[in-house]
Amino acid sequence: MAIDHISGTEFLEAPPRVSAWRRFRRVFFQRRLVIFGLVVLVLLVFTAVFADWLAPHDPYRGNLADSLSPPSRQYPLGTDIQGRDTLSRLIFGARTALLVGFSTVGIAAIAGIALGLVAGHFGGFIGMIIMRFMDALMGFPMLLLALVIAAVLGSGIHNVIIALSVATIPGYARTMYGLTLSIRENDYVLAQRSMGASSSRIVVGHILPNALPPMIVLVTLQLGTLILAEAGLSFLGIGIKPPGAAWGAMVQDGARYLRTHPVLSFAPGLAIMLVVFAFNMVGDGLRDALDPRLRGLL
Amino acid sequence: MATLLKVENLKTQFKTEGGVVKAVDGVSYHIDEQEIVGLVGESGCGKSVSQLSVMQLISAPGEIVDGKVIFEDQDLLRFKPKGPQMRAIRGARIAMIFQEPMTSLNPVLTISQQLTEMLELHMGMSREEAREGAIRLLGRVGIPSAGKRIDDYPHQFSGGMRQRVMIAMALSCNPSLLIADEPTTAVDVTTQAELLELMKDMVEQFRASLVIVTHNLGVVARYADRIYIMYAGRIVESGTTEEIFGDPRHPYTIGLLNCIPRLDEEEGRKLVPIEGLPPNLINMPPTCAFGPRCPSRSERCLRDPWPSLRHLYGQHYVGCF
Repeated sequence: MAIDHISGTEFLEAPPRVSAWRRFRRVFFQRRLVIFGLVVLVLLVFTAVFADWLAPHDPYRGNLADSLSPPSRQYPLGTDIQGRDTLSRLIFGARTALLVGFSTVGIAAIAGIALGLVAGHFGGFIGMIIMRFMDALMGFPMLLLALVIAAVLGSGIHNVIIALSVATIPGYARTMYGLTLSIRENDYVLAQRSMGASSSRIVVGHILPNALPPMIVLVTLQLGTLILAEAGLSFLGIGIKPPGAAWGAMVQDGARYLRTHPVLSFAPGLAIMLVVFAFNMVGDGLRDALDPRLRGLL
Repeated sequence: MATLLKVENLKTQFKTEGGVVKAVDGVSYHIDEQEIVGLVGESGCGKSVSQLSVMQLISAPGEIVDGKVIFEDQDLLRFKPKGPQMRAIRGARIAMIFQEPMTSLNPVLTISQQLTEMLELHMGMSREEAREGAIRLLGRVGIPSAGKRIDDYPHQFSGGMRQRVMIAMALSCNPSLLIADEPTTAVDVTTQAELLELMKDMVEQFRASLVIVTHNLGVVARYADRIYIMYAGRIVESGTTEEIFGDPRHPYTIGLLNCIPRLDEEEGRKLVPIEGLPPNLINMPPTCAFGPRCPSRSERCLRDPWPSLRHLYGQHYVGCF
């Protein structure tokens, strides 16, 4: 009979799976600028990791006889006042930028997400204390706060990381707090509680995974901002100690010779711009690909 | 049959800026083993709050101010709401199904992750055992090719299927009481019937009791053994399904029955709505809350305090003069 035919097993088979990964890829790789940003970042990571092999000269020790040489076959981007190869310093500067960027974002994101989750889920007095403290920190401009902390702690890459982490924690905490407040009102959280799930299980197993997509976007966008901030601190002389290679410090060092040797400042400046732009593009691409409301539209 | 759950004089209040909302105001009821009970009333009459109170899932500003919830010879209200004893009851002994199947499952976790969690948590199963158990459960609630669908995400399921998953999840740890809070309100009518049929089958197989919370008398007519009618935070009438449908006594029950269409009635009968709206539960007068809307009220109704339940016959009780 016809009915037997319809209720056959093939009719009841699960529909073919549209993989979430495939959909993510489709949206993410659709825009050229996102691909460009990704290529820049891959090159940047490659440069930072293999700096020792890529750099043609020692970035820290120069030959004073070659001081301020113009771009040449030996020094493709010329040398600075101490005769150090600009290209080599640029390559090692990538390492500094990425190290500061990634460790700062890592520390700040973990701390901020934890604080936001605790404040949002448990609320009450503890939540109020945490969020008011974050608000107070947020009251200062990020760079100014980092500047003060770095000035108190002294220069050096570790202190820069600490200063920038503390200065950026409130952003993560605020975002996570808001997300937690909205996610915890969902029915599935009540359903989980009705099944005997403990608070920690709900926070870690249900609220956190739902908050991850926006947090990933925030982290990526913050990476660009932080590399810029690190360059700013180094430019102001409160960053990486000489002779360490940092793009911001290189811009500052080169500024004195801007009329005669513009490449000394322009090269690291261009590097900063390119990397920040790349992080922002990738962050935008991630946001578009992870935002369920934009899915299928782009 | 032995009594499984006995709720005595339960009072749950919400302290708001506008005043104290007496959402549940002295409710007493009982549920026997393997019994299906309907809890019926309009929106905002305290049905859901009374059930959440039993589970101690009321969050601030709500508070259970009085009463006893005796479940399997333990007074649940003595346990701390977030304590381990209460958590061991939730899900394992009393399970709940919610109104919105679309939002009751976590969208970022697969069905398998959510279904096995319960089995690992309450039944102490290993990961593989839990997965096997979850697939079996999904099959039992009628999900085709359960072995494949188990790794899907909730958005790949329809509303009815998600509610089936919720039923599977609720029954996964053999609870003795299943509370279904408006389980079929958000799905279409044919799916409603299937889900109710499924729930009835499942609680029979699992030897559990079932509370169906609904605003729709039609939903419980076919499945419930007994019915409680709630109005403004109180139970106004209770009895077996035959008693309630055959001999409704409270004007509110009569009103509810008058506004459901029947298949076997003569043509041309008009459905009669109940006049007015349920009262605001802040600062309620001590008189009968249904009084202002009641078609057969007397002066006494607006003067004397709300009468408590009065035994009529059999299991039939009514709270009216």
